[in-house]
Amino acid sequence: MSAIILFMVVIAVIIGWWLAQQRLTAKPWLEEGSIDRFPGTGAMTLPAAKIGLGVFLAVASSLFALFMSAYSMRMNMVDWRALPVPGLLWFNTGVLVVSSVALQWAYVAAHRNSMDGVIVGLCAGGASAVIFLVGQLLAWQQLRAAGYFVASNPANSFFYMITAAHGLHLMGGLVALGRTTAKVWRGAEMPQVRLSVELCTIYWHFLLLVWLVLLGLLTGWTDDFVDICRRLLS
Amino acid sequence: MVDVPYDRIADVPPAEVPEVELYHPKSWWTQYVFSQDAKVIAIQYSLTATAIGLVALVLSWLMRLQLGFPGTFSFIDANQYLQFITMHGMIMVIYLLTALFLGGFGNYLIPLMVGARDMVFPYVNMLSYWVYLLAVLVLASTFFVPGGPTGAGWTLYPPQAILSGTPGQDWGIILMLSSLILFIIGFTMGGLNYVVTVLQARTRGMTLMRMPLTVWGIFTATVMALLAFPALFVASVMMLFDRVLGTSFFMPALVEMGQQMKYGGGSPILFQHLFWFFGHPEVYIVALPAFGIVSDLISTHARKNIFGYRMMVWAIVAIGALSFIVWAHHMYVSGMHPHFGFFFATTTLIIAIPTAIKVYNWVLTLWRGDIHLTVPMLFALGFIITFVNGGLTGLFLGNVVVDVPLSDTMFVVAHFHMVMGVAPIMVVLGAIYHWYPKVTGRMLDDWMGKFHFWVTFLGAYLIFFPMHYIGLLGVPRRYHEIGEAAFIPSSTHTLNAFITVMALMVGFAQMVFLFNLVWSYFKGRPSGGNPWRATTLEWQTPETPPGHGNWGKELPVVYRWAYDYSVPGAEQDFIPQNQPPRPTRAVQEAAP
Repeated sequence: MSAIILFMVVIAVIIGWWLAQQRLTAKPWLEEGSIDRFPGTGAMTLPAAKIGLGVFLAVASSLFALFMSAYSMRMNMVDWRALPVPGLLWFNTGVLVVSSVALQWAYVAAHRNSMDGVIVGLCAGGASAVIFLVGQLLAWQQLRAAGYFVASNPANSFFYMITAAHGLHLMGGLVALGRTTAKVWRGAEMPQVRLSVELCTIYWHFLLLVWLVLLGLLTGWTDDFVDICRRLLS
Repeated sequence: MVDVPYDRIADVPPAEVPEVELYHPKSWWTQYVFSQDAKVIAIQYSLTATAIGLVALVLSWLMRLQLGFPGTFSFIDANQYLQFITMHGMIMVIYLLTALFLGGFGNYLIPLMVGARDMVFPYVNMLSYWVYLLAVLVLASTFFVPGGPTGAGWTLYPPQAILSGTPGQDWGIILMLSSLILFIIGFTMGGLNYVVTVLQARTRGMTLMRMPLTVWGIFTATVMALLAFPALFVASVMMLFDRVLGTSFFMPALVEMGQQMKYGGGSPILFQHLFWFFGHPEVYIVALPAFGIVSDLISTHARKNIFGYRMMVWAIVAIGALSFIVWAHHMYVSGMHPHFGFFFATTTLIIAIPTAIKVYNWVLTLWRGDIHLTVPMLFALGFIITFVNGGLTGLFLGNVVVDVPLSDTMFVVAHFHMVMGVAPIMVVLGAIYHWYPKVTGRMLDDWMGKFHFWVTFLGAYLIFFPMHYIGLLGVPRRYHEIGEAAFIPSSTHTLNAFITVMALMVGFAQMVFLFNLVWSYFKGRPSGGNPWRATTLEWQTPETPPGHGNWGKELPVVYRWAYDYSVPGAEQDFIPQNQPPRPTRAVQEAAP
């Protein structure tokens, strides 16, 4: 459970930092409209949708941290046989990086009021994300052809399950990206599009980060790291 | 109220919060069925949760009939008994209590109490309910599939949960896990709304420390649920893989009916870790909204400000944080390292400190208060007593050496029913009596309410106090019949029959309550906008029941905290949160 505990510590620090700015030591029973003309509610200036996305990313991170916890606990059992990571995954990773860069392009273009740049960025980002998903499916097929079935070893099971979870999150992102693209297509003005593009970009970067961590886990790079964490915490 | 100079605010301009774009329903369907109004969604959540909760109530009667009069009812066999306890537990904990507190009360009260027009993402909020309904329907469908619902116990421990010896191994367990996954997806949609609404949609003047404790409780519980439910999600997905695809995440090598199974090497303990990493926070996901609501009920009906508001807020946050590091106290008998047992016993006992602070503060709020023994107040008092009783046996079970012999006995069943069954239900019922007038514009009948309270309260004690004793004798839980065992005296059977009769009586009282809900909707005394003379914003709406958008043309402005009751010198014994301050002292003195 080391990964999830580490993650919870990070979340606790963020929540603690936020709470520290919320005047929790105030004595509301003495403050009948006495501070300022109006006490600020402490609401952030960010749009609600952005905060909503932030909260969702925390939930999704919790999910992946738990998958990683389960992975690191299960891999200590004697029957664990690491599976060879298909070379295709490196290509897929590159494609996902391209996808993220394309969306960053769209985001920058949105801030420069360049609608053409937004369209190019969104389409390139979406297309490369679809290529990534197809690539993942091909990687599954390669593994299956090589005899690494989902139930033949827990390492395989985790590989299929975790890549599926990541892929499903990306598919959810594609729905949002599709809606944003449709909005642009229908000729929406830049201010109406800017936030959607920004949210998609944040989500894409998040999924890229998650994928890089998962890749480290699945290829065994993080074994040593996980080992150190476990020793520290047990 | 301490006399504080507040001369800087003589006249406060109305709120200048930018108006949100409300979705306006265009047809009957979008107004009442596919509604995006948090109040309608709240009622949909509440009715669905109550309906499936009634199923769980009936299951508990069937279980008690079997335990009280074993062998009398031929239609209940061992398998069905296991199915009943599983479905009863799962429905009550997740599909009733979690859904009712967060989906029901959360949806209704958060926007009204913080002065918002609606949740921030109404469409997602609507989806949340429909996914929840789907989860409930999938769960209910397990009663009708071949093999029936799963009988694995509400904890669904592998390997037994997916072995053929356990009832519901065919479809029951698959649908149960699918339903849990759906529930979590639906809850996440709703949870995002509750959190972001509290963070961003509070009206002017509503600082965090002016929020009613109800909102604090629901808010903190939602944050916890958002972080804890993924653990159940992961556990459910992995077990679904084990059951459907034949993987071995949790399944060790097994021989079943003389046949070596295809599984091997999996870790049942891994499931327990994941399950309880969700399962223990879940206790507080149910308890924190109850804590918050009961604080408001006590303050309102004792006409006194809540004692130690700041401490109450801090305790809620502290309990929320601590509840994530106590999960393995459910696993003392799993063979864990003694050092772990020591660690988790310590954290478990530490969590008693903020909890005790809350209990003291409730009692001190009552101290010298102008206590009105209304039905909501009776339920609130019932909650405090029950929660203390349940909490005390929690101290027994939190200690490893005491827990080990009591593990899997009826003592545990009695403990958790007191602390997270009866106690939160007391709050749910009290809260319904309290807010029903706001939801419908009519009061619930008082006499039926008092009858309901006394039968439920006394009945619950007559059910669960003897159950502790039965547990101390060593009677195990999850046995459909205890039979003749040397360590069980024959009086235990009499006691079991007594408990069953009491359970049926408490069940009957709930029927009276349901009748009251329906009868009062048509015939109840009109309540007016603020029958309890309460301070919080939901009672200050221009219409009762609140209309679409909650507030009239302008959002309310908040000038004070939520607990200005019996303020010396005030005209009434309560000052609503949106009532502007009195003129400055200088002006008062200048007046003749």
